Amino acid sequence: MSENMGGAIDPSSYIQHHLQHWEWNTRVGTFNVDTLLISWLLGVSFLLLFRYVAKRATMNTPSGLQNFVEMIYEFVQTQVKESFHGRNALIAPLSLTIFVWIFLMNCMDLIPVDVIPMLGQYLGASHMKAVPTTDPNLTLGMSISVFFLIQFYSLKIKGIKGFLKEVTCKPFGPLFFPANIALKIVEELARPVSLGLRLFGNLYAGELIFILIAMCGYGQFVLGLPWAIFHILVIGIQSFIFMMLTIVYLSLAHEDH
Amino acid sequence: MDINATLIGQMITFALFVWFTMKFVWPPLEKALVARQQKIAEGLAAAERGQKELEVSQKYAIQHIHEARAKAKETLEHAQKQAAAIIDQAKAEAQQERLQIVSLAHAEIEQERLMVKAQLQQEVVGLAIKSTEKLLNRVMTAADHNTLLNLDTHFSASTES
Repeated sequence: MSENMGGAIDPSSYIQHHLQHWEWNTRVGTFNVDTLLISWLLGVSFLLLFRYVAKRATMNTPSGLQNFVEMIYEFVQTQVKESFHGRNALIAPLSLTIFVWIFLMNCMDLIPVDVIPMLGQYLGASHMKAVPTTDPNLTLGMSISVFFLIQFYSLKIKGIKGFLKEVTCKPFGPLFFPANIALKIVEELARPVSLGLRLFGNLYAGELIFILIAMCGYGQFVLGLPWAIFHILVIGIQSFIFMMLTIVYLSLAHEDH
Repeated sequence: MDINATLIGQMITFALFVWFTMKFVWPPLEKALVARQQKIAEGLAAAERGQKELEVSQKYAIQHIHEARAKAKETLEHAQKQAAAIIDQAKAEAQQERLQIVSLAHAEIEQERLMVKAQLQQEVVGLAIKSTEKLLNRVMTAADHNTLLNLDTHFSASTES
């Protein structure tokens, strides 16, 4: 928005500009380059940092950084232990990845709304959306992956017979199997949709309000701080909810009725 | 809000990230934490064991002190008894010696007395004879004779008085 800095701001074009992705059209389809780049950058930094600590992890008195990583590790492990009662080596690392990655991506929301688009212009991008979790492609991509995992483990644990039995016979009994199947499909599809859209909606709304606050002239300093402080809460809660729901859904998939 | 190929890209990214965490991040952390847990548990167990050992050795030490005290008391009593016995014995010996010395002295005194008595008698006899000789130079009367006869007794009586 640097081109508008000096002159009068046109609110609608300012907002439009901030909600536009940096797109790259290929034969396969359109890619939102900003979402991909920022999410990769954050994800890779998270993985490298954690890998660095994990490699040097000592059983003796941990240093500051290891303490920090262990704190997150234990937080995630406690949640998994409390909610997930099966045996699965995937759940805990999956939860850790979801929690930290989403948390970091949500944190991009706290960077002033114009900073990253300005950086993007230096890189030659006309548009740059800073918060990857405000892109439904990302949130739905994750929730659909979780959905596949749910179906996979449901099949694996219960077997084809058990899986089909659950689909056809619940909750009304085998006689009403068409209704059961319809209900089951709705139930299963509602999960990834709600999981992905919840995260997207919360962050998108938050970002939109940041953009609106940014148009308030000097008032933005008065309004921006309380909203940012409040938003810290949203950032943590949304990443926590995504992780918890993933654990719970997978726990349900592992339950043999 | 438009869904495009980014969705697939994100799914792949997500899968890769989860795989990386599962393979390279979670296991070493878990290993370190489990090892530490074990170490702490071992440390606590060792501390408890040490505490117990301390208690046992304290009991043992106290018992030893009591035994030593009793033994010392016994030894002291024994020594006191022995000392008393020695003193008693010495006393008895001294008493005996005293009696012996006293009786010896008595005997000596008696002997000396007898000796002196005999000497005195001799002296008295000598005196008597001398006085008799002096008297004999005079006239010997019946009275003189009587006197002479009784002189010894008379003299002894007179010396005694």
